[in-house]
Amino acid sequence: MIKKDSSNILTIQGLHASINGTEILKGIDLTVRSGEIHAIMGLNGSGKSTLAKVLAGHSAYEVTQGSVLFDGSDLLALPAEERARAGLFLAFQYPIEIPGVANTQFLRLAYNTVQTRRGKEELDPLEFDDFVREKMKMLDMKPDFLNRSVNEGFSGGEKKRNEVLQMALLEPKLSILDETDSGLDIDALKIVAQGVNQIANQNNAMIVVTHYQRLLDYIVPDYVHIMQSGRIVMTGGKELALELETHGYDWISANKQSLAGVSA
Amino acid sequence: MTASLQSDYLQYLLASWDIKPAESLSWLDRLRAEAIDRAGTQQLPTKKDEEWRFTDISPLARLPFQAATPKCDLQVKDIEHLKLKEAENRLVFVDGHFAPQLSIITGSLSHIAGNLPAYLGSRDALLQSHLSKHVGIDSNVFAALNTAFLRDAAVIVFPKEFVLKQPVHLLFIATQSEVTSYPRSLIIGEPGSQATVIEDYVSLQQSAAYITNSVTEISLAEHARIQHIRVQRESNQAFHLANCAVSLGQASHFQSTAVTLGAQISRYNMDIHIMNKAAECDISGLSMISGRQLADTHTCIDHAQPHGISQQQHKCIVDDAAHAVFNGKIIVRPHAQRTNSSQSSRNLLLSKSAQIDTKPQLEIFADDVKCAHGATVGQLDAEEIFYLQSRGLSETEARNLLTFAFGAEIINRIPVPSLKQQLEHVVLRQTQSH
Repeated sequence: MIKKDSSNILTIQGLHASINGTEILKGIDLTVRSGEIHAIMGLNGSGKSTLAKVLAGHSAYEVTQGSVLFDGSDLLALPAEERARAGLFLAFQYPIEIPGVANTQFLRLAYNTVQTRRGKEELDPLEFDDFVREKMKMLDMKPDFLNRSVNEGFSGGEKKRNEVLQMALLEPKLSILDETDSGLDIDALKIVAQGVNQIANQNNAMIVVTHYQRLLDYIVPDYVHIMQSGRIVMTGGKELALELETHGYDWISANKQSLAGVSA
Repeated sequence: MTASLQSDYLQYLLASWDIKPAESLSWLDRLRAEAIDRAGTQQLPTKKDEEWRFTDISPLARLPFQAATPKCDLQVKDIEHLKLKEAENRLVFVDGHFAPQLSIITGSLSHIAGNLPAYLGSRDALLQSHLSKHVGIDSNVFAALNTAFLRDAAVIVFPKEFVLKQPVHLLFIATQSEVTSYPRSLIIGEPGSQATVIEDYVSLQQSAAYITNSVTEISLAEHARIQHIRVQRESNQAFHLANCAVSLGQASHFQSTAVTLGAQISRYNMDIHIMNKAAECDISGLSMISGRQLADTHTCIDHAQPHGISQQQHKCIVDDAAHAVFNGKIIVRPHAQRTNSSQSSRNLLLSKSAQIDTKPQLEIFADDVKCAHGATVGQLDAEEIFYLQSRGLSETEARNLLTFAFGAEIINRIPVPSLKQQLEHVVLRQTQSH
């Protein structure tokens, strides 16, 4: 929800980033305030997933120009784990599988690591079990989910639900959902969106990266940004996603000259 | 190594064998005499032998350790930490010799599990049809030597339709330095029997130098189901040379998990013969080594009959300047149609000087079969590390967790919680040494 007096959670200015010498992000400007949900849309290769990974601190990407302030401090100076502890969360498009580690062990490890760094109490296995089961209800997850190895043999929907579960546990200030809708059927999509909506509140913010408008029927954005060739070429309200759905991405190319320069 | 040094070595070992006059020989003495004969015609393998090309055992020839004599003053309290609480029944062998004071066989198993001499006379026919019938001694000098020194042995015969829920623990403890011990086991599953057996090699001194030369034979009759767990945690200066030969009857099911952690040089040969229709085996192995350790696992699954299923997964985690070898041979004979076999070898290198040699070896002579195999060697995946970092774990924590998980996937297959936990701790300790 947009509120005039909300504080800035994320301020990106002139961000350029490359991988193996190839520039992918070519000057991104974006401001996200608390309580807001931003959607970033674009074709494959437009740089939207790269933006998500650069913000989360993937070491394969090199930031060549620009700055990112997260909650008032320099995000780019922090390694990935410090960003997570500071309250930034990335829900992966392709969550990795860790055979050999039970999901509950992993979830508790991540939870306790982040809690400790925030100066809060760790939970022992029993306390954690109660806590996580409560959160799992929200995502309609079966209890056996906890005893299976992390993401191993999970369906696409289960993996994404597991990502949102981690998001619920870690209580981030800023969540970035990277194509969370990919590979989901409509029922799974609704459950995941419902979970995200329950997590969203006035004190946090979300960036939803997606290719299709479909997800935005369930997670309603305050702003929609369209990315093309490493830049945000158009910004609007939630109706922009619908227009894009009707006219296709070609329409952007034709109209971006007249709309360029609009920012949130 | 020169041929003379080699034959001196064998001569020296065999010199301690005391030979009785021929007319007084029992069947077991005849078996031993035959074995000494076979051992005498062979030489220690060198890297020129295809089966030993990655593993140099020449240091062994410089250590002509005599056979260990029975010398055991261990009390039950000394082995407290080695007990497994799930295993009510335990046969303990110290330096290869049976230790009745440390062993416990409860009432229901009193005629099922024991030391070889207790079965002589009453079960001769059965023993004769199994001892050294599964393992080959003609072209295996270590199996021949073990058989030449055969005296005590763990013998377990699970009777027809007998179902044992608790595992039986075979504990082989090394206590003496500069000796060779010859542990021996025979496990027979009669038709329809079901059981779990743990073969556990340990040392009471962490840096004692000694040689363990062990032989295990396992035979499953039709519809028998045996779970076999093998743990090698010898001293870090030990040599461990082991042969395990398994024969599978019709529709029998054999599951095995072997974990290799100890010894300076170890070699584990596992030969599985699918002797009858529709037998199934599920084999997994983990070698986790560091320092200058060498761990060599050679397996051979021989599908001689149709409709057999074999699944195999082997993993190595190699740190420092250690060297792991995996050679997995699968034979599908012309008659063995409808065989379904899969093999995977996954290897993790934790340092620049660590070395892995992995070699899948498929010999398929039947045309209607499914055989899949794959091998990977690598470091930890950068995307996996990033995933864990994005959840707040430091890079070191992420690496440790992923390394642990790599090993735990095999350890989790062990259906004995206390043993699983012990091994998890070992893996955890090793992964956190960085």
